[in-house]
Amino acid sequence: MITTQNLTKRFDQITAVENLTLEIPEGEVFGFLGPNGAGKTTTVRMLTSLISPTSGSATVNGHAIGERDIDIRRSVGLLTETPGWYDNLSAERNLEIYASLYEVEDIKGQVGKYLRFLGLWERRLDVTATFSKGMKQKLAIARALLHEPRTVFLDEPTAALDPEASRLVREFILEIKQQGRTIFICTHNLDEAERLCDRIAVFKTRLLVLDSPANLRRQVFGRKVVFHLLQADQALVEKIIQLPQVTEAKLIDHKIVATIDDPEKHNPEIIRLLVSEGADVQFVGELRRSLEDVYLQLVKNA
Amino acid sequence: MKKIQTIIRKEWSEVFKNRMVLFTVAFLPLLLTAIPLGIIYATSSSAEFAGASSEIPGEINAFCPSDFSGGDCFQVFIVSQFMIMFMIIPLAIPASISSYSIVGEKVNRSLEPLLATPITTTELLIGKSLAAIIPALAATWIGFTIFILGTWIIIANPEIIGYFLDGRWLIAIFVIGPLMALSAVSFSIIISSRVNDPRVAEQVSMIIILPVLAAFFGQMAGIITLNITFMLASVIVLALVDAVLVFFSIRLFQRETIITRWK
Repeated sequence: MITTQNLTKRFDQITAVENLTLEIPEGEVFGFLGPNGAGKTTTVRMLTSLISPTSGSATVNGHAIGERDIDIRRSVGLLTETPGWYDNLSAERNLEIYASLYEVEDIKGQVGKYLRFLGLWERRLDVTATFSKGMKQKLAIARALLHEPRTVFLDEPTAALDPEASRLVREFILEIKQQGRTIFICTHNLDEAERLCDRIAVFKTRLLVLDSPANLRRQVFGRKVVFHLLQADQALVEKIIQLPQVTEAKLIDHKIVATIDDPEKHNPEIIRLLVSEGADVQFVGELRRSLEDVYLQLVKNA
Repeated sequence: MKKIQTIIRKEWSEVFKNRMVLFTVAFLPLLLTAIPLGIIYATSSSAEFAGASSEIPGEINAFCPSDFSGGDCFQVFIVSQFMIMFMIIPLAIPASISSYSIVGEKVNRSLEPLLATPITTTELLIGKSLAAIIPALAATWIGFTIFILGTWIIIANPEIIGYFLDGRWLIAIFVIGPLMALSAVSFSIIISSRVNDPRVAEQVSMIIILPVLAAFFGQMAGIITLNITFMLASVIVLALVDAVLVFFSIRLFQRETIITRWK
């Protein structure tokens, strides 16, 4: 579990993170979205006790940052933005070093387990200098999990991975979620955030919005329903827009796009109205705005 | 303690794969041990020096105990000039290892994942420092032992052996050596926080051997006499220098400073 209360970090005159207040329950996959320089990495660094906040407080797995830093680092795994390896050493040796520093008891067993799981067992004796970016990233994910942490911070986990490896990593994240771990993902990959995350925070120095991907869409754009008609005209739009549950309606070709509070409840009434006005309704669907649209809208307005 | 051992093993398994570091660690002690031994061999096998007491200048004779023959005194004088060069070993090796170790981590971006582990910065700093100091002291002490054994084999003169095993050189090797190694590591950490190329860090860190070269030339020019007073004064000065360098290196080697300020 992660909680923050007015967490703030300033570097001289620059405010990187301002009054961040969050509560992430145990076992949640939490997406942290924001443009470059928004303060995402600074937030992760504060929550992993790498840097201290200027003001505010936070607890990670019940340990307060600034007070129980070693306990925090012992209970979290961190995938850094750039993996960083000792390139003269083998993959296995690299992981063994970290396993030892993370106080893992069965070093060989844990290292072997994650090397196998991430498909790197056959290359375990090769020096990491010979590894591709994707392989180094996979190895970094293994490093973040070696000590079986309760909370995992993943900074751009699928950056530099090919589609197959990205999929493997996403499946892996869902699997570690099943184990009840809390997962905090910083990402620019909105599709990935939508697939993996229970809730998403859009962040630009301060928290802009925090909700589930579906609710975010609703919050930002409302829910839009498209009525496909055989023939449509402006008169039909004028009729629809007079309904109290419709906040906006537009005519686009032979389609009427209406913003409706509760489509499940109000669509039948609208369809009855259209039919009574002589319209031939071909089919009705919801216009899904991508999370990217939501994100861009929020960041633009910030 | 286990984490410090892990860091030391990690450092050694990594830096000793670097040819430059390996060259410094292996070749420098070899060279600086071979030079005085070569001089002893050359002067002891030459009849010219063997009984040449009357031809030895008074300044050199004054350098030795009164019971030394002219030839013995000449050998002692020449070798003493080079013994000070021996003190380059505990400076150059740690500077080389720690430059590659710390700047190497910066270049590989491996410091952040390392600092994210439950290791304290004190453990990390001690681990990195010991990984640089231990090989330097081992090389210095092994080199000095080889030098003494070699001298024994070549000239078998207990008086001359005793001269090199007197308080001055024991202080130099066993007290000044470790203090110098600590200075070199601390200085390298300060330099490494500012540069991004291990070779540049190593070259800049090598400035630290300048005082030894100054002592060498000062002795050759007759400005400095390497007596017990000089050695004890060096211990005090080095201890003070170390205190200052260690203070600044600890201040720079803080988790947040490394993450946010080391460029």
